[in-house]
Order: sequence, then structure tokens, then C-alpha cells
Amino acid sequence: MITIIDYGLGNLGSVKNMLKKIGVESEISKDLDTVKKAKKIILPGVGAFDPAMERLTNNALRDVLDEKVLQEKVPILGICLGMQLLTEGSEEGQLPGLGWVPARSYKFSADKFPDLKIPHMGWNLVVKTNQHLLTEEFTDDFRFYFVHSYYVKVHEPKYSILSARYGLVFDAAIQNMNIMGAQFHAEKSHRYGMKLFQNFATI
Amino acid sequence: MLQTRVIPCLQLRGESLVKTIQFNKFGYIGDPVNTVKIFNDLYVDELAFIDITATVEKREPNYKILAEIADECFMPLSYGGGIDSLHKAENVFKIGFEKMILNSAPFYNLSVITEIAKIYGSQAVVVAVDVKKNFWGKYEVYSNSGKVNQKKDPKDWVKMVEDAGAGEILLTSIDREGTWKGFDSALVKQVAEATQLPLIANGGANSIESISGVVKDAGASAVALGSMVVYQAKDLGVLVNFPDREKLENAIR
Repeated sequence: MITIIDYGLGNLGSVKNMLKKIGVESEISKDLDTVKKAKKIILPGVGAFDPAMERLTNNALRDVLDEKVLQEKVPILGICLGMQLLTEGSEEGQLPGLGWVPARSYKFSADKFPDLKIPHMGWNLVVKTNQHLLTEEFTDDFRFYFVHSYYVKVHEPKYSILSARYGLVFDAAIQNMNIMGAQFHAEKSHRYGMKLFQNFATI
Repeated sequence: MLQTRVIPCLQLRGESLVKTIQFNKFGYIGDPVNTVKIFNDLYVDELAFIDITATVEKREPNYKILAEIADECFMPLSYGGGIDSLHKAENVFKIGFEKMILNSAPFYNLSVITEIAKIYGSQAVVVAVDVKKNFWGKYEVYSNSGKVNQKKDPKDWVKMVEDAGAGEILLTSIDREGTWKGFDSALVKQVAEATQLPLIANGGANSIESISGVVKDAGASAVALGSMVVYQAKDLGVLVNFPDREKLENAIR
């Protein structure tokens, strides 16, 4: 059973639908007692950094998540903005992030890459930077659907598991022990997304 | 590297999927949800749905069918038809669609583009520019399912919607739509040159060669397919299909 955290942002239904398609049970919940019992967590998210951090904190979800992730070491997967929230912070906002993965989020700069359309939107290839259970059996042709204006860079290479190139090379998936994040929308990346969720379900 | 997007563009009429010819006569294709399941199994990279009677019948999008479609779809989804306010767009975004396609509403209220783009980002707002050639060979933009001539040059109109905050143009040649006669490359070329926005060429596709041609020669950034993905071939029966990916990639490369 995977618990999908509902803090009012994100494409929760699509995540649940894809898990159902691959035969993995899941629940969407914002109820603190339910989250306290979670065995595995997905943290989705779309929108802006600060409002998302505020919602997590105001809902007292933050404390429960800290306990689950840092003490109980429950596996957690952040998706899109959900991955950026795992980092120390973002150029998009003032609030600190969860700080669970040594990394930060930066804005795609139109100055450095005037030809790039921002957000980075569309399918893009990913490259393995480190072996990880989340990306087991990924081959060179694996590609995912991205929509983001901010990108993540890890502080040390060991925290990266996938990279992608859009103007510059950024980290498309990151990890720190039981904590994982994916920048792309796996739930909208048909067979490739299904493989990633399957891997997460077996971790 | 980003791949050129090839997008099945499906038309809803009431509860059924149809395919029109020049926005006029139409054939029944079948049940939308079943069709979506087939595209899902074909692993297409993006799908667009257009409810072709929502605006004409002055009604809301069919949220029930859209929800059923979103439940079956594991790829990015766009929706067009009757979206004339942020509120209606919000309802469809919540169902699990990523992009709204606007066609008629901006002619009466250009700021609807700006309002949606401000909340959901420009990438979530596609403007469908439907074009017909008049008697003197001049291109004119139409709205309301091709029924109202807005008497605007498509080059001027795309600039206006770009300034308002649109993120993408879906350019349809009404004259070619459903005809299998190939894209109107001249139209695509002049509109692509008039805007910075990514342009999806629609109307007339008949082969992989026609797709690669409109991308390479006319400057389309993406291609929409209608008849080609719902019929076996011109004048043949319904067959939901998608061009061979490898052939497609080799042709576009």
C-alpha cells in the first residue's frame, strides 16, 4: 500500500490511476493518522515552492512526515515539485525546503540560454548517473514527460540517480537513503513511468 | 534531445468520437473511452480532445466523459471545447488534463488566455487557430467550429494571442482537415514565421512523409493527426492506429 499525500496540490488522481494499472494498491490521504500508518509515501506536487511548503507546514503534515521519513525510514518518492521540496530550498521561494536531500533548486536562466523555451516542457531522455533500485532495468531509450521552470542540482554526485539535458545538465532523479525524487511526471510517462512506479513499489 | 511530438487529435460530438471532413460532414468512430484505451496501449506521447459542439451548443464541457478519459490515460492530455472562463478551465485541469485548447472565447474576451496562463502557466494554454482560404486566396481565421469568419489574418491573430500569454498554437487548415490531401505547407510556414510559439500543424496528414515534410520544410514544431489515426486509410473503415514509431522517428530526424 502506497500513501499519496494530499496537501491540496498535484495530480493525485493520475498517480493513483497509474498505480492501479500496474496492480499496486494506493490511497490518497491528508489525514494525519492515515499518514502515520503509511508504509510507503508519494509526495506529488505542482505549482509554486513557497505555497507548497506552507501547506505542508500548516497542515501539521510536516511533523508527521519528518517522523516517518527521518526516524522510521519509510521510503518516500517526491514527484516534480514534490522532488524540489525534498531539497534545501529553491530560487523560486524564500522558505527553506524539507532539506532531506543535499541539493537545491534553481531557475532555468533565459539569459544563459536565450533559445530555450521555459518551462522545459515535453518528453526528454534521461541518463543514469548512479545505479539505484528506482531505475532498475532502465535502458538508454527511457524518456519521460517534463514540465518545470526550476531544476535541481545535487551538492555531491552520489545523490543523483538520473540526469537530463535542457540547455544545461540537471538532476532528473535524486536520492538519499530511503528518500527519492523524480523531476518528471512519471504518472504521465506511460510505460516508462509504469516501470519507475513498479520499481518504487518493490523497494 | 526533445522529440517532435505527433499528437492524435480526437473529436468528441456528444458522447461519441467522430471524425469530421472540413469541419462539416462527419463519420462515427466509436466510444471515446474505448478508443483512448487503444491509444494508451499504443503508448502515444500526447493526446488532444476537442468537443466540437460544446461552444455551438453553448454548454459546459462533458466533465463525466473527460474524467473517464483521464482515468485511462497515462500521457499528457489537452482539451478544447467550450472553455471560455478560468473556472471551466480549472474544472478540466482538476480532472487531470494538462492543457486547455481555446478557439472561440479569445475573440470575445482575449484576457481569458491571460487569466488561465497566470495561474497554470503559458504552457497550459493552447490556442486553436482554424483557417480557411477565401475566394481570393486569402487566409482567414474562423471560430465556433468553423462557422464564424473572424475576418482576421492568422499571422496577426497568433501575435495577439502570443502577447496575451498563450503558450502554443494548434493551427488547423479547415480546407484540408479530414481530406487526406496533405498539409497546407504555405499556411504553416507563414504562421510559424509569425510567432515564437511552438506550432502544431493540423489538417490533411496522409502519410509519414507528409508529417516529416511539414516539420522539416514548413517549420511546424509538432503535428496533429486525425483521420490517419482512426481510419485504415482514405475511404476505408475505422481502425484506431498510430504510425510506426521507428519509421516516424527516422523520417523526422
